[in-house]
Amino acid sequence: MAPKSRHAFLAPAIVTGWLVTLLQLGYRIATHGLGANPIATALNQLGLLALVLLVATLCATPLKLTLGSTWPLRIRRTLGLLAFFTALLHFVLYLGPDQGFDVAGVLSDIVKRPFIAVGFLALLLLVPLAWTSSKQAVQRLTFPVWQRLHRLVYAVAVLAALHFYLRVKADHTQPWLYAAVLAAGFAIRLVAWRVKVRAKRARLA
Amino acid sequence: MAKLPPEPKSHEITSPELYARRREFLKTGALYVATSAGVALGLSELSGLGRADPPKKPPPPPQPAPGAPAWQVRRPATFTVDEAQTPYEDVTTYNNYYELGLSKTEPAEQAFHLKPRPWTLKVSGHVQKPQTLDVDTLIRWFGLEERVYRMRCVEAWSMVIPWVGFPLAELIRRLEPTSRAKYVTFTTLLDPAQLPNQESHVLDWPYVEGLRIDEATHPLAFMALGLYGAPLPGQNGAPLRLVVPWKYGFKGGKSIVEIGFSEEQPPTTWNRAAPSEYGFYANVNPKVDHPRWSQASERRIGELTRRATLPFNGYGNEVAQLYRGMNLARDF
Repeated sequence: MAPKSRHAFLAPAIVTGWLVTLLQLGYRIATHGLGANPIATALNQLGLLALVLLVATLCATPLKLTLGSTWPLRIRRTLGLLAFFTALLHFVLYLGPDQGFDVAGVLSDIVKRPFIAVGFLALLLLVPLAWTSSKQAVQRLTFPVWQRLHRLVYAVAVLAALHFYLRVKADHTQPWLYAAVLAAGFAIRLVAWRVKVRAKRARLA
Repeated sequence: MAKLPPEPKSHEITSPELYARRREFLKTGALYVATSAGVALGLSELSGLGRADPPKKPPPPPQPAPGAPAWQVRRPATFTVDEAQTPYEDVTTYNNYYELGLSKTEPAEQAFHLKPRPWTLKVSGHVQKPQTLDVDTLIRWFGLEERVYRMRCVEAWSMVIPWVGFPLAELIRRLEPTSRAKYVTFTTLLDPAQLPNQESHVLDWPYVEGLRIDEATHPLAFMALGLYGAPLPGQNGAPLRLVVPWKYGFKGGKSIVEIGFSEEQPPTTWNRAAPSEYGFYANVNPKVDHPRWSQASERRIGELTRRATLPFNGYGNEVAQLYRGMNLARDF
């Protein structure tokens, strides 16, 4: 078989795994398996799931750079879209079951509270990225424009990690862990970029 | 000579390409299933779904120590609320007790480390007679009564709990504080063998809470030794804890080993950890928001819709006079 489709199973498998995770959450809600405060628990877990997927999306490029293999790039769009859908579910759960569709209250929370503002901004910034995630969108925008637009995801990742950090009451180990993974990814990108720039200069000289 | 079976006709033979594709299909299928399972497992583990299970069975109420007399509990009609009581299972599996774990369910799982007997309470500071009292002596002195109180957590959830214990005011009267005693301090046990998460440094241990003396001697302030007619489970603060129903739950120190009387306002744990978020007074107040969330409403555990939070958690008629003339937005 041509090497091109060797990794074709990866994206559907990731979507399936994500669906199984959501089904597990639904099953827990239906069977009172989330404890005394199921809405708060589901809210926390969807938020964390969105952050995990977002960080995984941002691990694609550093993985490609370190492994030299391109399969991480083939699943990047899938991971990013799943991160977006999970974040959207997280917000809908907050707006509906948690706040009882009190839109005015939620808006005032967004304006008044940095913790909520940061999370909401991260979700908003994901919308144009999800909107322009298709191959056709890349062609329509032309690649350089598309690439510049999608660099927004770095800001989204920082905002999402900050949202998690601000949410935690006392133990900040987990938020720092995610921030560290993101930082490591940025460091790898930076090193690769400098190597590229030097090689270009060497060629020009 | 036996006749060989006829060879299959050439068109019946699977072509090599198709044969290879079948193997490829099986291989890809297996990879797909394995990857899906791996992704599901990884995502549920990382997002905490794998750890969300409450303890499988509701823990049974702990029994009084063998040989100890059965509890006689008075049930005065004065101190009760006309609202559904939160089920025992929820009261004992949804806890904030960081010394036993940071999640809501961990304290119930780790509570077996905590040994509620023998237990003593040290009395220190500005009192006529500093002393150390056995916890069972307190039961002998004051007897036990039931108080059904609303409990409002600073995290905007609430419960209704039937506590068993005695009024703090009676204990304080008996300890005879001097005129210099303006504040009362409650100190939680410091012992990582019994409270394993004291090995971590998320907060400054031991946990310390405090009240102004007039708050502490208010008839609503309560020392609880039990709930639902039985001794407190470890996760609820066995064997002795403070309950101040008009304040956020964190004011109610658990597993108390020392009660101190001082002239100055004592430094308290959450207030020191995040002074802008947790005040010394911590009176339930729907008008003063936590910086990160609104305190205007709350979720009663077991209910799906939120309900409005009441000033002083609905005990305003009884306690508002304690704070007359104070700016409650500043002294939150």
